[in-house]
Amino acid sequence: MINCSEAVKQLWEYLDGTVDEADRALVEEHLSRCRRCCGELEFARELRRVLAKSASVDLPADVLRRLNQTLEELNP
Amino acid sequence: MVVALGGVAQTAPADPDPSFRDLAREQLPRLLSIARRLVGDDAEDAVQDCLLKAFQKFHQLHTPASASAWLTKILVNCCRDRGRANARQPTQIDFDAAEEFSLYRKIASEDPYPYSDSLHLDFLAEFGAEDVRAVLLRLPEIYRIPLVLVYMDGFLARELAEMIDIPLGTVLARLHRGRKLFETQMWEYAEEAGMFRGGRQ
Repeated sequence: MINCSEAVKQLWEYLDGTVDEADRALVEEHLSRCRRCCGELEFARELRRVLAKSASVDLPADVLRRLNQTLEELNP
Repeated sequence: MVVALGGVAQTAPADPDPSFRDLAREQLPRLLSIARRLVGDDAEDAVQDCLLKAFQKFHQLHTPASASAWLTKILVNCCRDRGRANARQPTQIDFDAAEEFSLYRKIASEDPYPYSDSLHLDFLAEFGAEDVRAVLLRLPEIYRIPLVLVYMDGFLARELAEMIDIPLGTVLARLHRGRKLFETQMWEYAEEAGMFRGGRQ
């Protein structure tokens, strides 16, 4: 059995799938009896979504145009 | 102009022997997007550096299908060079405090939206892409790079380890610490930006 502190430290690795089988089982056992850590897990999931979503941004068209111009000059 | 990004484009071009220009043009929006998150206002210069270096090394690209990862590797190194050259002073960070920090618990205890019944989601909803970028730029580069490439651009930790020539264990450790630092800086950024209660200043 692990406590909340130990479980929370591994939640992202748990979501990443980078914990080994034994640690995965310990985290899941803890989550099955700890509502607060389930909240931490859901929050971690949402935070990952925020990060992934933020990769899509408005790119400045003038910068893209200049970079394309560089390409034209490199490879006429 | 909004450019849809996300995931690592690995689709082989229809042309079996595409030119450098064709390959690089297809990747430009993604490269610029990554650079903006890695080096902020120096992004254009970093991508210019990347294009010049990649052009000189084009003969080293084995297959067009690996152009995405190959160009990203060159870009990341150009961004690291620029970061070293500019030697910006990152935000002062207490690493020990960050290790113990839980953003989830902080939000619950500080209760920044007293009338909300979805406190944590409301907090995250305040963060647009530009806010996330601003928080990332507060982090030391060694933590910013793994967060950006793994959690935003879909690279695996082992791919990143290979890309920047460090052991997988080091990447995993930097991801762990980077996440903690990101959470602490999200909270500080939210306070400074006035995201709580009365809305943004």
